[in-house]
Amino acid sequence: MGVYKTSDFRKGLKVQIDGEPYLMIEMNFVKPGKGNAMYKCRLRNLIRGSVLDRTYKGGDSLESADVEEIEVQFLYRQVDTFVFMDNKSYEQYELSAEQVDDNWKYLKEGMACSMVLYNGSPITMSPPNHVTLKVEYCEPGVKGDTATNVTKPVKVETGAEIICPSFINIGNVIKVDTRTGEYVERVST
Amino acid sequence: MPGGIASATDFLPSAPLGNLQLRARLLRGVREFFDRRGFLEVETPILSADTVLDRHLDPLRVTLPADPREPDAGRMLWLQTSPEFGMKRLLAAGATAIYQVARVFRGGECGAWHNPEFTMVEWYRVGDGMREGMQLLSELAEQLLSLDAAQRLSYRQAFLTHVGVDPLTASDDQFCAAARRLGASVPDGLADDADAWRDLLLTECVQPHLGRDRPTILYDFPASQAALARVRDDDPPVAERFELFVRGVELANGYHELLDPDVLRQRNASANRQRRADGKYPLPEDSRLLAAMQHGLPPCAGVALGFDRLVMLAANAREIAEVIAFPIARA
Repeated sequence: MGVYKTSDFRKGLKVQIDGEPYLMIEMNFVKPGKGNAMYKCRLRNLIRGSVLDRTYKGGDSLESADVEEIEVQFLYRQVDTFVFMDNKSYEQYELSAEQVDDNWKYLKEGMACSMVLYNGSPITMSPPNHVTLKVEYCEPGVKGDTATNVTKPVKVETGAEIICPSFINIGNVIKVDTRTGEYVERVST
Repeated sequence: MPGGIASATDFLPSAPLGNLQLRARLLRGVREFFDRRGFLEVETPILSADTVLDRHLDPLRVTLPADPREPDAGRMLWLQTSPEFGMKRLLAAGATAIYQVARVFRGGECGAWHNPEFTMVEWYRVGDGMREGMQLLSELAEQLLSLDAAQRLSYRQAFLTHVGVDPLTASDDQFCAAARRLGASVPDGLADDADAWRDLLLTECVQPHLGRDRPTILYDFPASQAALARVRDDDPPVAERFELFVRGVELANGYHELLDPDVLRQRNASANRQRRADGKYPLPEDSRLLAAMQHGLPPCAGVALGFDRLVMLAANAREIAEVIAFPIARA
């Protein structure tokens, strides 16, 4: 296991604190002219997504985290788990519903996703930034109404509900931004 | 970028040309300011056998090879962290008012407000005490940054106002409790280091309030942070050291200069003890500055100002890279 000294600290570093992996998302070097150097870090927990502010002094160090990002495809959902396959090794990885979190809304069989492994075990996955989903059910739209400020919930093929403009109909394919969960545009009717 | 391999656009300056023009104008302004007051511009070695000995300053070492076939063997010299020693040697030799614009180097200092190589404006005037030193510094800031006269605030008063503890007498426990009460992020292992607590509280809880509407000069530092300033025998004693802050940024550091070589020897020994305890390399304690002080340094005040930060403030820059053509990542 590698060790990062304060002089190595920078944005993007993956480190281990209290046994959990963190991504250094901000790092500020602070030092009074004649005083003690301090390294103010903002760290995101790669398992839970929570953010932590920590300050280190010169000479401190952090253990590097064995974190690896791999390309996977979504295979299928079991009752409470989601199964993915590593595109290179064909190895299969399971994530719990809790680990997949809101991303279940976008998962279609065969979808290319990225997955984070910590000490060889999967901890999180993220779908592509944009996915296209087929509308399975919604209240009928008002013909000719192309305004986007009138919205309604629609049910898509994954079973999720997405808020869409009222002109969207059953059978339409829509593009959704997975980072915000918001409708982007209609891809086909 | 391991090994510093350049990317295709790395040759470009990180500073917009407009900021480099502003930089040049401010540099002319600095020289006019001192020339008009009868200061002599001087140059002293940046590569020297001597170096400032400070617990928290890590000078870079350079080998002067005697034989080019053995580039790592030879006399060891130091890149200066400030031109202080050379300038004081000139004062001891009879100069009365001098300034210098110098490139200086500090190992490990890299961040939004730090570059390991930077430009320092440093000046000394014989006969000045802390009051006169602060006055000249205030005038320089007023003129170059078009600001109001600086407010004077003692280090103690600043802590009483913004931290609620007396920085000269508080215990480590009181510092710690104040840091937690104010929500400062506290690194591990500060437990028995009063100056580390003071530095943490100064940067986290005091500094953001300093120099907001007009510049602030903080003065009368804790005696343990005297560096090369003289200590006044108050109760408790304080260092006649002062620092200028503009919009929360530390811009300059000045001393009513220490003259006694024996006191400097004691401080050097103590700083090296602390460096060893911190796991750092010790620095040479003997120097030509000590010889100059032994000969007789006239009473004077001196100030060092971070020129790059001055340009940052004038340009409203957020990163030092915006005012340096090629900062360390592109050097």
